Amino acid sequence: MLTIDQATYDAIVAHAKRDHPDEACGIVAGPEGSDRPARFIEMINAAGSPTFYEFDSTDLFQLYKDMDERDEEPVVVYHSHTATEAYPSRTDIGLASEPNAHYVLVSTREHGNNDGPVEFRSYRIIDGVVTEEDVTITPPQKSQEESTP
Amino acid sequence: MAIEVRIPTILRPYTDGAKAVEADGATLTALIDDLEGNHPGLKDRLLDNGDLRRFVNVYINDEDVRFIGGLDAELADGDQVVVLPAVAGG
Repeated sequence: MLTIDQATYDAIVAHAKRDHPDEACGIVAGPEGSDRPARFIEMINAAGSPTFYEFDSTDLFQLYKDMDERDEEPVVVYHSHTATEAYPSRTDIGLASEPNAHYVLVSTREHGNNDGPVEFRSYRIIDGVVTEEDVTITPPQKSQEESTP
Repeated sequence: MAIEVRIPTILRPYTDGAKAVEADGATLTALIDDLEGNHPGLKDRLLDNGDLRRFVNVYINDEDVRFIGGLDAELADGDQVVVLPAVAGG
């Protein structure tokens, strides 16, 4: 199961809507071994395409260097589909290379850049096998901290 | 000569789980051959038909090897090599 806070969920959806009709992509990093998506990192889709996404190789290097220095790992790897359902494509499955990550797919096919619901689904992709999992959205962490006396 | 090679999660089954291993080689080709000697199977995950795989990135001291000679890129003692699979899909 993927547990993600509302603010991060909203940020992923906003990014997907903004970049539509191109695919949007990014990562949510979290402390190593925590399975907690904590730090939202929007990436540029170097492919700039409605049917493909790829992190720029220099950006990728910097991203992993930063995570390494912070003892983080990619907890969520997200991207959007802009004309098809939020299910991993054959290319997604073939290229998935983070066995510990939750692969989040957002589909903007229904409302594009406009307000309105999106499909937001999460998967494990390990050795070519796709397993969908439940997504639980929790209240933003900030408000939890603020409500603590 | 010792060169540190950082291994991504997905390839750690080839290195007994190690995040980094040491290897030798004056070029990236030689380094990959040396790696293969100690970690059989790794070479095939990096190369396809004698070329670096399209969706595998290799960096020498922060530089993508594609910009510095690819497999012929030269290495020296103390260099750091980082292997990262592309984050990509359709």
